[in-house]
Amino acid sequence: MTRFEAFLDTFFNASVMQRYLPDIIEGFFITCGIAILVVLAGLALGLALAVLRSYRIRLVNILIVVFVDLLRALPPLVLILILYFGLPNLGLTLSGFVVLWLVLTLVLAAFAEEIFWAGILSVDQGQWAAARSTGLGFFQALAYVILPQAIRLTIAPLTNRTIAITKNTALGMVIGVGELLNQATTAQSFAGNATPLMMATVAYLILFVPVVYLGRWIETRFAWRRA
Amino acid sequence: MEALLHQFFNLEVMARAWPIMLKGAGLTVLLCLAVVPLGLIGGLGVALVSTSPLRRIRWPVVVLVDIFRAVPPLALLIFISAGLPFAGIRLSPFMAVVLSFFLNNSAYYGEIIRAGIESIGKGQHDAARSTGLSAWQTQAYVILPQALRNVLPDLVSNTIEVVKLTSLASVVAFAELLYAAEMARSVTYNASPLVMAAAMYLVLLWPAVRLASGLEHKLR
Repeated sequence: MTRFEAFLDTFFNASVMQRYLPDIIEGFFITCGIAILVVLAGLALGLALAVLRSYRIRLVNILIVVFVDLLRALPPLVLILILYFGLPNLGLTLSGFVVLWLVLTLVLAAFAEEIFWAGILSVDQGQWAAARSTGLGFFQALAYVILPQAIRLTIAPLTNRTIAITKNTALGMVIGVGELLNQATTAQSFAGNATPLMMATVAYLILFVPVVYLGRWIETRFAWRRA
Repeated sequence: MEALLHQFFNLEVMARAWPIMLKGAGLTVLLCLAVVPLGLIGGLGVALVSTSPLRRIRWPVVVLVDIFRAVPPLALLIFISAGLPFAGIRLSPFMAVVLSFFLNNSAYYGEIIRAGIESIGKGQHDAARSTGLSAWQTQAYVILPQALRNVLPDLVSNTIEVVKLTSLASVVAFAELLYAAEMARSVTYNASPLVMAAAMYLVLLWPAVRLASGLEHKLR
Protein backbone atom coordinates (compact mmCIF):
# COMPACT_ATOMS: atom_id res chain seq x y z
CA MET A 1 0.00 0.00 0.00
CA THR A 2 1.42 3.37 -0.94
CA ARG A 3 1.32 6.26 1.51
CA PHE A 4 -1.53 7.85 -0.39
CA GLU A 5 -3.59 4.67 -0.33
CA ALA A 6 -2.99 4.36 3.41
CA PHE A 7 -4.17 7.93 3.84
CA LEU A 8 -7.36 7.22 1.87
CA ASP A 9 -7.92 4.03 3.81
CA THR A 10 -7.63 5.89 7.12
CA PHE A 11 -9.70 8.99 6.40
CA PHE A 12 -11.89 8.15 3.39
CA ASN A 13 -12.59 4.45 3.82
CA ALA A 14 -15.60 3.63 1.62
CA SER A 15 -16.85 0.60 3.55
CA VAL A 16 -16.62 2.44 6.89
CA MET A 17 -18.44 5.36 5.31
CA GLN A 18 -21.23 3.13 4.09
CA ARG A 19 -21.65 1.41 7.45
CA TYR A 20 -21.80 4.57 9.54
CA LEU A 21 -23.56 6.96 7.18
CA PRO A 22 -26.98 6.42 8.83
CA ASP A 23 -25.52 7.26 12.27
CA ILE A 24 -23.84 10.38 10.96
CA ILE A 25 -27.05 11.50 9.26
CA GLU A 26 -29.00 10.92 12.46
CA GLY A 27 -26.45 12.98 14.39
CA PHE A 28 -26.62 15.69 11.74
CA PHE A 29 -30.37 16.06 12.20
CA ILE A 30 -30.13 16.03 15.99
CA THR A 31 -27.49 18.78 15.77
CA CYS A 32 -29.76 20.79 13.45
CA GLY A 33 -32.72 20.26 15.79
CA ILE A 34 -30.89 21.47 18.91
CA ALA A 35 -29.40 24.37 16.95
CA ILE A 36 -32.83 25.57 15.77
CA LEU A 37 -34.37 25.25 19.24
CA VAL A 38 -31.43 27.13 20.81
CA VAL A 39 -31.57 29.96 18.25
CA LEU A 40 -35.34 30.45 18.59
CA ALA A 41 -35.45 30.34 22.39
CA GLY A 42 -32.17 32.21 22.93
CA LEU A 43 -32.99 35.13 20.66
CA ALA A 44 -36.55 35.41 22.02
CA LEU A 45 -35.33 35.41 25.62
CA GLY A 46 -32.55 37.88 24.82
CA LEU A 47 -34.98 40.28 23.15
CA ALA A 48 -37.42 39.97 26.05
CA LEU A 49 -34.65 40.79 28.54
CA ALA A 50 -33.52 43.81 26.49
CA VAL A 51 -37.11 45.11 26.36
CA LEU A 52 -37.46 44.56 30.09
CA ARG A 53 -34.21 46.45 30.64
CA SER A 54 -35.47 49.47 28.69
CA TYR A 55 -38.08 50.09 31.42
CA ARG A 56 -35.06 50.98 33.59
CA ILE A 57 -36.25 49.44 36.83
CA ARG A 58 -33.15 49.51 38.97
CA LEU A 59 -33.37 46.15 40.71
CA VAL A 60 -34.43 44.32 37.53
CA ASN A 61 -31.57 45.85 35.57
CA ILE A 62 -29.00 44.83 38.17
CA LEU A 63 -30.28 41.26 37.97
CA ILE A 64 -30.10 41.32 34.17
CA VAL A 65 -26.53 42.63 34.18
CA VAL A 66 -25.45 39.99 36.71
CA PHE A 67 -27.10 37.26 34.59
CA VAL A 68 -25.40 38.50 31.43
CA ASP A 69 -21.99 38.84 33.08
CA LEU A 70 -22.19 35.36 34.61
CA LEU A 71 -23.05 33.69 31.33
CA ARG A 72 -20.44 35.68 29.46
CA ALA A 73 -17.70 34.74 31.92
CA LEU A 74 -18.45 31.05 32.48
CA PRO A 75 -17.43 28.42 29.94
CA PRO A 76 -20.61 26.67 28.72
CA LEU A 77 -19.05 23.27 29.38
CA VAL A 78 -18.78 24.08 33.11
CA LEU A 79 -22.49 24.96 33.26
CA ILE A 80 -23.41 21.83 31.32
CA LEU A 81 -21.49 19.60 33.73
CA ILE A 82 -22.92 21.33 36.82
CA LEU A 83 -26.52 20.88 35.65
CA TYR A 84 -26.02 17.39 34.26
CA PHE A 85 -24.19 15.91 37.24
CA GLY A 86 -25.39 18.14 40.06
CA LEU A 87 -29.15 18.30 39.63
CA PRO A 88 -29.91 14.55 39.79
CA ASN A 89 -28.76 14.49 43.43
CA LEU A 90 -31.44 17.08 44.16
CA GLY A 91 -34.03 14.75 42.64
CA LEU A 92 -34.20 16.65 39.35
CA THR A 93 -32.89 14.61 36.44
CA LEU A 94 -32.73 16.37 33.10
CA SER A 95 -31.74 14.53 29.96
CA GLY A 96 -28.51 15.50 28.24
CA PHE A 97 -30.55 16.98 25.41
CA VAL A 98 -32.47 19.29 27.76
CA VAL A 99 -29.33 20.34 29.66
CA LEU A 100 -27.52 21.17 26.42
CA TRP A 101 -30.50 23.10 25.07
CA LEU A 102 -31.02 24.98 28.33
CA VAL A 103 -27.39 26.04 28.78
CA LEU A 104 -26.86 27.13 25.18
CA THR A 105 -30.17 29.00 25.20
CA LEU A 106 -29.19 30.91 28.34
CA VAL A 107 -25.73 31.72 26.92
CA LEU A 108 -27.22 32.96 23.64
CA ALA A 109 -29.87 34.94 25.53
CA ALA A 110 -27.16 36.69 27.55
CA PHE A 111 -25.15 37.71 24.49
CA ALA A 112 -28.29 38.63 22.53
CA GLU A 113 -29.54 40.82 25.38
CA GLU A 114 -26.27 42.77 25.35
CA ILE A 115 -26.44 43.26 21.59
CA PHE A 116 -30.15 44.19 21.49
CA TRP A 117 -29.63 46.59 24.40
CA ALA A 118 -26.71 48.26 22.65
CA GLY A 119 -28.95 48.55 19.57
CA ILE A 120 -31.75 50.16 21.56
CA LEU A 121 -29.29 52.63 23.13
CA SER A 122 -27.87 53.60 19.77
CA VAL A 123 -31.21 54.77 18.38
CA ASP A 124 -31.34 58.56 18.65
CA GLN A 125 -33.15 59.92 21.72
CA GLY A 126 -35.17 62.20 19.43
CA GLN A 127 -36.88 59.13 18.01
CA TRP A 128 -38.26 58.36 21.47
CA ALA A 129 -39.48 61.91 21.96
CA ALA A 130 -41.07 62.07 18.53
CA ALA A 131 -42.79 58.71 18.94
CA ARG A 132 -44.15 59.55 22.39
CA SER A 133 -45.36 62.98 21.22
CA THR A 134 -47.58 61.37 18.58
CA GLY A 135 -49.45 59.71 21.45
CA LEU A 136 -47.80 56.28 21.38
CA GLY A 137 -47.38 54.64 24.78
CA PHE A 138 -43.96 53.57 26.04
CA PHE A 139 -44.29 49.99 24.83
CA GLN A 140 -45.81 51.08 21.48
CA ALA A 141 -42.95 53.51 20.89
CA LEU A 142 -40.48 50.74 21.69
CA ALA A 143 -42.21 48.12 19.53
CA TYR A 144 -43.10 50.21 16.48
CA VAL A 145 -40.42 52.89 16.35
CA ILE A 146 -37.30 51.99 18.32
CA LEU A 147 -36.97 48.21 17.95
CA PRO A 148 -37.35 48.08 14.15
CA GLN A 149 -34.40 50.47 13.87
CA ALA A 150 -32.43 48.88 16.72
CA ILE A 151 -32.74 45.34 15.37
CA ARG A 152 -31.45 46.43 11.99
CA LEU A 153 -28.28 47.65 13.69
CA THR A 154 -27.85 44.43 15.63
CA ILE A 155 -28.17 41.93 12.79
CA ALA A 156 -24.46 41.66 11.95
CA PRO A 157 -23.02 41.16 15.46
CA LEU A 158 -25.99 38.98 16.37
CA THR A 159 -25.48 36.63 13.41
CA ASN A 160 -21.82 36.05 14.22
CA ARG A 161 -22.50 35.40 17.89
CA THR A 162 -25.39 33.09 17.09
CA ILE A 163 -23.20 31.01 14.75
CA ALA A 164 -20.47 30.70 17.40
CA ILE A 165 -22.92 29.55 20.07
CA THR A 166 -24.72 27.14 17.74
CA LYS A 167 -21.43 25.36 17.09
CA ASN A 168 -21.30 24.60 20.82
CA THR A 169 -23.93 21.91 20.18
CA ALA A 170 -20.81 19.71 19.78
CA LEU A 171 -20.42 19.95 23.57
CA GLY A 172 -23.37 17.53 23.78
CA MET A 173 -20.83 14.80 23.10
CA VAL A 174 -19.51 15.14 26.66
CA ILE A 175 -22.90 14.34 28.24
CA GLY A 176 -23.97 11.68 25.77
CA VAL A 177 -26.35 13.63 23.52
CA GLY A 178 -26.55 11.73 20.24
CA GLU A 179 -25.51 14.69 18.13
CA LEU A 180 -23.10 14.69 15.21
CA LEU A 181 -19.75 14.69 17.02
CA ASN A 182 -20.90 12.04 19.49
CA GLN A 183 -22.07 9.74 16.70
CA ALA A 184 -18.74 10.23 14.95
CA THR A 185 -16.53 9.50 17.97
CA THR A 186 -18.62 6.44 18.83
CA ALA A 187 -18.39 5.16 15.25
CA GLN A 188 -14.68 5.93 15.19
CA SER A 189 -13.98 3.80 18.25
CA PHE A 190 -16.07 0.90 16.91
CA ALA A 191 -14.54 1.05 13.44
CA GLY A 192 -10.98 1.68 14.62
CA ASN A 193 -10.73 4.12 11.73
CA ALA A 194 -10.73 7.89 11.46
CA THR A 195 -13.22 8.04 8.58
CA PRO A 196 -16.28 8.84 10.79
CA LEU A 197 -14.46 11.89 12.17
CA MET A 198 -13.79 13.04 8.63
CA MET A 199 -17.47 12.50 7.80
CA ALA A 200 -18.50 14.60 10.80
CA THR A 201 -16.09 17.34 9.76
CA VAL A 202 -17.58 17.37 6.27
CA ALA A 203 -21.10 17.39 7.75
CA TYR A 204 -20.19 20.40 9.90
CA LEU A 205 -18.82 22.15 6.83
CA ILE A 206 -22.06 21.45 4.93
CA LEU A 207 -24.04 22.83 7.85
CA PHE A 208 -21.96 25.87 8.80
CA VAL A 209 -20.10 27.11 5.71
CA PRO A 210 -23.34 28.51 4.19
CA VAL A 211 -24.15 30.12 7.55
CA VAL A 212 -20.66 31.66 7.78
CA TYR A 213 -21.10 33.05 4.27
CA LEU A 214 -24.55 34.36 5.15
CA GLY A 215 -22.98 36.05 8.18
CA ARG A 216 -20.31 37.64 6.01
CA TRP A 217 -22.89 38.86 3.50
CA ILE A 218 -25.07 40.30 6.26
CA GLU A 219 -22.01 42.01 7.73
CA THR A 220 -21.39 43.98 4.54
CA ARG A 221 -25.10 44.53 3.89
CA PHE A 222 -26.03 45.79 7.35
CA ALA A 223 -22.66 47.21 8.42
CA TRP A 224 -23.50 49.10 11.59
CA ARG A 225 -20.20 50.42 12.75
CA ARG A 226 -17.51 51.43 10.35
CA ALA A 227 -15.11 52.24 13.10
CA MET B 1 -32.17 23.78 50.81
CA GLU B 2 -29.78 21.69 52.86
CA ALA B 3 -29.50 19.18 50.02
CA LEU B 4 -28.68 22.06 47.66
CA LEU B 5 -25.93 23.36 49.93
CA HIS B 6 -24.58 19.87 50.46
CA GLN B 7 -24.55 19.11 46.75
CA PHE B 8 -23.23 22.40 45.34
CA PHE B 9 -21.51 24.29 48.16
CA ASN B 10 -20.00 21.54 50.26
CA LEU B 11 -17.06 23.17 52.06
CA GLU B 12 -15.56 19.88 53.16
CA VAL B 13 -15.44 18.58 49.59
CA MET B 14 -14.12 21.91 48.37
CA ALA B 15 -11.31 21.87 50.92
CA ARG B 16 -10.32 18.38 49.80
CA ALA B 17 -10.41 19.36 46.15
CA TRP B 18 -8.51 22.63 46.66
CA PRO B 19 -4.92 21.43 45.94
CA ILE B 20 -5.77 19.63 42.69
CA MET B 21 -8.02 22.52 41.61
CA LEU B 22 -5.25 25.01 42.21
CA LYS B 23 -2.92 22.94 40.06
CA GLY B 24 -5.62 22.80 37.37
CA ALA B 25 -6.07 26.58 37.48
CA GLY B 26 -2.32 26.95 37.04
CA LEU B 27 -2.40 24.79 33.93
CA THR B 28 -5.38 26.75 32.58
CA VAL B 29 -3.38 29.97 32.93
CA LEU B 30 -0.37 28.31 31.28
CA LEU B 31 -2.56 27.12 28.42
CA CYS B 32 -3.94 30.64 27.96
CA LEU B 33 -0.41 32.07 27.91
CA ALA B 34 0.37 29.68 25.06
CA VAL B 35 -2.79 29.92 22.95
CA VAL B 36 -3.65 33.63 23.19
CA PRO B 37 -0.31 34.96 21.85
CA LEU B 38 -0.14 32.19 19.23
CA GLY B 39 -3.68 32.99 18.10
CA LEU B 40 -2.89 36.71 17.90
CA ILE B 41 0.25 36.08 15.85
CA GLY B 42 -1.58 33.67 13.55
CA GLY B 43 -4.47 36.11 13.27
CA LEU B 44 -2.13 38.96 12.35
CA GLY B 45 -0.65 36.79 9.61
CA VAL B 46 -4.10 35.83 8.35
CA ALA B 47 -5.21 39.46 8.34
CA LEU B 48 -2.12 40.68 6.47
CA VAL B 49 -2.43 37.97 3.83
CA SER B 50 -6.18 38.35 3.39
CA THR B 51 -5.87 42.12 2.85
CA SER B 52 -2.92 41.77 0.51
CA PRO B 53 -3.41 42.78 -3.11
CA LEU B 54 -2.02 39.43 -4.31
CA ARG B 55 -5.06 37.40 -5.29
CA ARG B 56 -3.20 34.10 -5.56
CA ILE B 57 -2.05 34.00 -1.94
CA ARG B 58 -5.25 35.59 -0.66
CA TRP B 59 -7.87 33.04 -1.60
CA PRO B 60 -6.34 29.88 -0.04
CA VAL B 61 -6.17 31.73 3.28
CA VAL B 62 -9.77 32.91 2.96
CA VAL B 63 -10.89 29.31 2.31
CA LEU B 64 -8.94 28.01 5.33
CA VAL B 65 -10.38 30.73 7.55
CA ASP B 66 -13.90 29.80 6.50
CA ILE B 67 -13.25 26.12 7.15
CA PHE B 68 -11.90 26.73 10.64
CA ARG B 69 -14.74 29.13 11.41
CA ALA B 70 -17.31 26.53 10.33
CA VAL B 71 -16.02 23.53 12.29
CA PRO B 72 -16.84 23.52 16.03
CA PRO B 73 -13.65 23.88 18.10
CA LEU B 74 -14.39 20.64 19.96
CA ALA B 75 -14.80 18.74 16.68
CA LEU B 76 -11.44 20.10 15.49
CA LEU B 77 -9.79 19.15 18.78
CA ILE B 78 -11.20 15.60 18.66
CA PHE B 79 -10.15 15.25 15.04
CA ILE B 80 -6.57 16.22 15.91
CA SER B 81 -6.28 14.20 19.10
CA ALA B 82 -8.25 11.09 18.06
CA GLY B 83 -8.10 11.13 14.28
CA LEU B 84 -4.49 12.03 13.50
CA PRO B 85 -3.01 9.10 15.49
CA PHE B 86 -4.52 6.82 12.81
CA ALA B 87 -2.24 8.57 10.35
CA GLY B 88 0.72 8.00 12.65
CA ILE B 89 0.73 11.55 14.03
CA ARG B 90 0.61 11.29 17.80
CA LEU B 91 0.50 14.53 19.77
CA SER B 92 0.44 14.97 23.53
CA PRO B 93 -2.89 16.35 24.86
CA PHE B 94 -1.19 19.70 25.38
CA MET B 95 0.14 19.86 21.82
CA ALA B 96 -3.20 18.70 20.38
CA VAL B 97 -4.99 21.48 22.26
CA VAL B 98 -2.43 24.10 21.25
CA LEU B 99 -2.52 23.08 17.58
CA SER B 100 -6.32 22.98 17.32
CA PHE B 101 -6.68 26.28 19.16
CA PHE B 102 -4.03 27.86 16.98
CA LEU B 103 -5.98 26.94 13.84
CA ASN B 104 -9.31 28.02 15.28
CA ASN B 105 -8.12 31.22 16.98
CA SER B 106 -6.02 32.40 14.05
CA ALA B 107 -9.19 32.34 11.94
CA TYR B 108 -11.20 34.34 14.48
CA TYR B 109 -8.50 36.86 15.42
CA GLY B 110 -7.68 37.10 11.71
CA GLU B 111 -11.22 38.12 10.79
CA ILE B 112 -11.25 40.76 13.53
CA ILE B 113 -7.88 42.28 12.59
CA ARG B 114 -8.84 42.20 8.91
CA ALA B 115 -11.96 44.23 9.70
CA GLY B 116 -9.72 46.67 11.56
CA ILE B 117 -7.33 47.05 8.63
CA GLU B 118 -10.24 47.56 6.24
CA SER B 119 -11.63 50.30 8.48
CA ILE B 120 -8.55 52.45 7.76
CA GLY B 121 -9.01 54.65 4.73
CA LYS B 122 -6.83 54.11 1.69
CA GLY B 123 -5.64 57.70 2.00
CA GLN B 124 -3.67 56.75 5.12
CA HIS B 125 -1.80 54.17 3.11
CA ASP B 126 -1.08 56.51 0.21
CA ALA B 127 -0.01 59.33 2.54
CA ALA B 128 2.35 57.06 4.47
CA ARG B 129 3.91 55.71 1.30
CA SER B 130 4.34 59.22 -0.11
CA THR B 131 6.45 60.21 2.92
CA GLY B 132 8.91 57.51 1.88
CA LEU B 133 7.88 54.70 4.24
CA SER B 134 8.19 51.22 2.79
CA ALA B 135 5.17 48.92 2.51
CA TRP B 136 6.13 47.12 5.73
CA GLN B 137 6.83 50.34 7.61
CA THR B 138 3.46 51.66 6.48
CA GLN B 139 1.70 48.60 7.92
CA ALA B 140 3.69 48.60 11.15
CA TYR B 141 3.70 52.32 11.99
CA VAL B 142 0.59 53.71 10.32
CA ILE B 143 -2.08 51.14 9.48
CA LEU B 144 -1.87 48.49 12.23
CA PRO B 145 -1.75 50.83 15.27
CA GLN B 146 -4.98 52.49 14.13
CA ALA B 147 -6.56 49.23 12.97
CA LEU B 148 -5.93 47.43 16.25
CA ARG B 149 -7.28 50.34 18.27
CA ASN B 150 -10.47 50.35 16.23
CA VAL B 151 -11.18 46.69 16.90
CA LEU B 152 -9.92 46.58 20.50
CA PRO B 153 -13.37 45.73 21.96
CA ASP B 154 -13.68 42.76 19.59
CA LEU B 155 -10.17 41.60 20.41
CA VAL B 156 -10.91 41.71 24.14
CA SER B 157 -14.20 39.85 23.82
CA ASN B 158 -12.64 37.22 21.55
CA THR B 159 -9.86 36.72 24.09
CA ILE B 160 -12.51 36.04 26.73
CA GLU B 161 -13.95 33.40 24.40
CA VAL B 162 -10.51 31.86 23.95
CA VAL B 163 -9.96 31.58 27.70
CA LYS B 164 -13.38 29.95 28.11
CA LEU B 165 -12.56 27.62 25.25
CA THR B 166 -9.55 26.21 27.13
CA SER B 167 -12.10 24.26 29.19
CA LEU B 168 -12.50 21.98 26.15
CA ALA B 169 -9.02 20.64 26.88
CA SER B 170 -10.63 18.63 29.70
CA VAL B 171 -12.29 16.43 27.05
CA VAL B 172 -8.90 15.18 25.81
CA ALA B 173 -7.62 14.63 29.36
CA PHE B 174 -5.38 17.68 29.66
CA ALA B 175 -5.43 18.31 33.42
CA GLU B 176 -6.57 21.94 33.40
CA LEU B 177 -9.13 23.50 35.76
CA LEU B 178 -12.29 21.82 34.48
CA TYR B 179 -10.58 18.43 34.20
CA ALA B 180 -9.42 18.69 37.80
CA ALA B 181 -12.94 19.64 38.90
CA GLU B 182 -14.47 16.77 36.95
CA MET B 183 -11.99 14.33 38.54
CA ALA B 184 -12.81 15.62 41.99
CA ARG B 185 -16.53 15.37 41.25
CA SER B 186 -16.33 11.78 40.10
CA VAL B 187 -14.35 10.78 43.19
CA THR B 188 -16.61 12.58 45.68
CA TYR B 189 -19.97 12.17 43.89
CA ASN B 190 -20.53 15.82 44.65
CA ALA B 191 -20.88 18.78 42.28
CA SER B 192 -19.13 21.28 44.59
CA PRO B 193 -15.78 21.05 42.76
CA LEU B 194 -17.56 22.06 39.54
CA VAL B 195 -19.11 25.05 41.30
CA MET B 196 -15.66 25.87 42.59
CA ALA B 197 -14.27 25.73 39.06
CA ALA B 198 -17.06 28.06 37.93
CA ALA B 199 -16.10 30.48 40.71
CA MET B 200 -12.44 30.35 39.62
CA TYR B 201 -13.33 31.06 35.99
CA LEU B 202 -15.43 33.95 37.25
CA VAL B 203 -12.52 35.41 39.23
CA LEU B 204 -10.34 35.05 36.15
CA LEU B 205 -12.80 36.47 33.64
CA TRP B 206 -15.22 38.82 35.31
CA PRO B 207 -12.85 41.81 35.19
CA ALA B 208 -12.31 41.11 31.50
CA VAL B 209 -16.05 40.90 30.86
CA ARG B 210 -16.56 44.27 32.60
CA LEU B 211 -13.72 45.74 30.55
CA ALA B 212 -15.18 44.38 27.29
CA SER B 213 -18.63 45.65 28.16
CA GLY B 214 -17.23 49.09 29.01
CA LEU B 215 -15.20 49.29 25.79
CA GLU B 216 -18.22 48.29 23.71
CA HIS B 217 -20.43 50.97 25.22
CA LYS B 218 -17.75 53.65 25.05
CA LEU B 219 -17.17 53.29 21.33
CA ARG B 220 -20.81 53.62 20.40
